[in-house]
Amino acid sequence: MTNATFGRETLALHAGQSPDATHGSRATPIHFTTSYVFPDADQAAALFNLERPGHVYTRISNPTNAVLEERIAALEGGVGAIALASGQAALHLAITTLMGCGGHVVASRSLYGGSHNLLGYTLPRFGIHTTFVDPRDPAAWQAAIRPETRLLFGESLGNPGLDVLDIPAVASIAHAARLPLMIDATLVSPALQRPLELGADLVMHSATKFIGGHGVAVGGVLVDGGRFDWEASGLFPTLTEPYEGFHGMDFAEESPVAAFLLRARREGLRDFGACLSPMNAFQILQGLETLPLRMRAHVDNARRVAEHLAAHPLVTTVAYPGLPNHPDHALAQRLLPDGCGAVLSFELQGGREAGKRFIDALRLFSHLANVGDAKSLVIHPASTTHFRMTAADLAAAGIGEGTVRLSVGLESITDQIADLDRGLAAVAKLLKS
Amino acid sequence: MDLLIRERNTRIYTGGRPFNREQPAVVLIHGAGHDHSVWTYQARHLAHRGYAVVAPDLPGHGASDGPALDSIDSLADWIVDLLDGLGLTRVSLVGHSMGSLIALAVAGRAAQRIDHLILVGSVAPMPVAPMLIEAARTDRDRAHAMINQWSYTPTGQLGASSTPGMSLTGLNRSLMAHQQAGVLAADLQACNDWQDGLRLAADIPCPTLLICGERDQMTPPRAVKPLYDALVNSTGHARMMVLPGAGHAMMAESPDALSNAIREFLVS
Repeated sequence: MTNATFGRETLALHAGQSPDATHGSRATPIHFTTSYVFPDADQAAALFNLERPGHVYTRISNPTNAVLEERIAALEGGVGAIALASGQAALHLAITTLMGCGGHVVASRSLYGGSHNLLGYTLPRFGIHTTFVDPRDPAAWQAAIRPETRLLFGESLGNPGLDVLDIPAVASIAHAARLPLMIDATLVSPALQRPLELGADLVMHSATKFIGGHGVAVGGVLVDGGRFDWEASGLFPTLTEPYEGFHGMDFAEESPVAAFLLRARREGLRDFGACLSPMNAFQILQGLETLPLRMRAHVDNARRVAEHLAAHPLVTTVAYPGLPNHPDHALAQRLLPDGCGAVLSFELQGGREAGKRFIDALRLFSHLANVGDAKSLVIHPASTTHFRMTAADLAAAGIGEGTVRLSVGLESITDQIADLDRGLAAVAKLLKS
Repeated sequence: MDLLIRERNTRIYTGGRPFNREQPAVVLIHGAGHDHSVWTYQARHLAHRGYAVVAPDLPGHGASDGPALDSIDSLADWIVDLLDGLGLTRVSLVGHSMGSLIALAVAGRAAQRIDHLILVGSVAPMPVAPMLIEAARTDRDRAHAMINQWSYTPTGQLGASSTPGMSLTGLNRSLMAHQQAGVLAADLQACNDWQDGLRLAADIPCPTLLICGERDQMTPPRAVKPLYDALVNSTGHARMMVLPGAGHAMMAESPDALSNAIREFLVS
């Protein structure tokens, strides 16, 4: 299903870009322009009529952004992609393309806190509701589907418990109900998993994380696998009936395999306007070039950190599917054979106070609300990313009051472990006092 | 729009404009394992320039009911029935790859109804590698990968797409995967088996244009010569043009150049 001719390393460097035809620029130029000159009135009309491909206005498309979009699409094995201002914008665009007021989503309850906010608190104000389910329970996914459900949604690796989503199983449930499955693959990136190959229909990323890798640019991307048959489903009038807001277009008739992206770009990107700055696209592309190399190093370091923490007497549990005692270890070996990413969480003896002492003692790991940076990061979810969740919801998502989440970076593994030992020593001192 | 042909539902894409049989009609015939959507840009271009565009999904392809027809002759008969069903007495035919053979066969059996004939990425005969036909029967993913490798130039496979944000090879792979099992194999076998192209070409009475991709590996320009020789000596005569830098998938790789070439020939 993927690009059979080129490997991931090649696609990460070259897909979507040819040397600039005018100047021969090898690197991707940054097209800092809001708009594009029409050669003549006839060409202008042709662009608006979609008789000819091309760029009209940067909110809809931009040459630099297009390189990022096509590169991610090639890496994921999709038909195309849309770059957006953030991962949150990608999730919002997907949902609003598929449904309106009255729509319903079935989602894993182990989601990034921002996604949980959007689905659980914000979208209900607009009449779109979500049922959260245990991602490990196929029967729960099945039981939550209603007549008005239009999307199943989960993360490759849940946040922060690192549960592995059985994508083939959930995709089967979705497809039996004539529904698409969307996967947030931010924590694995296309270097470690391609959800479309496992049965998913749509993939989204916060490109802010591992895809960029440098922590300098916020962005998101939404990929369509082009395999879902919207007409056969019969549940998606936004894609299969004429849309007066854009040439009366029936998107599925226009392109059976690109209907979703056509509507998303020509309506959602146009009207909601969450476009990515070409500067951010350029910066994300710089990181993307080395994604396969970086992910191998991330995975190696994360495995070493997980093993070190699991052997420490002050650590009660480590959630990392690469460890044999993780409940999803066997599933991870099947769905993530190249590694389980570089985010892990663990529980310290001493609860909330121990977590705070640990974090405050660290010098190399940066305490902040992000993952997927080349630099190692640490956070205390209960007081930060998941602070809106009730204690019961926290527990259901596998988060304790003393849970610490690490995003393992690319520093020397010796230095990383020394820093973690510094934090553990501070916890030992607390527990002795 | 959807229409009953031979009592089976047929999807016809009209380029985003209502079908108007008072306008000069152009029929766009897709190739093996494809559907009408390969013609999107050319269809919209012609439809917005005063033509009545008819881009059908062939039987068993896309949204048209099956079964797929298993020979170029039966597909040509079906196109004639389609013209009758639409009430079209005169049309211009444009076919890509397998569609070009169908167009040639239609021109051979209904010559008086054809104003212009445009063959895109065409050779006659059109032998298909046995390993590709076998892969289409037994391992569709492998067949799709082979077709992508041979249909797109290195730029099309890796570099920037003509359509912002879209992967040309990804689109083609998914489009082929959308077709029912067996359709691609039947199409490829039909191309391989049809041997009447040169004989029919010698008698084509209408103006004909052969459009080749400079870097086409499926139907390379050098292989087009026998067909061109047959057409150029026919009463309708023929022109041949090469699209610079294009591979076999010209509609996607060089959409503007192909649209211009088709329209300019139609008005010539």
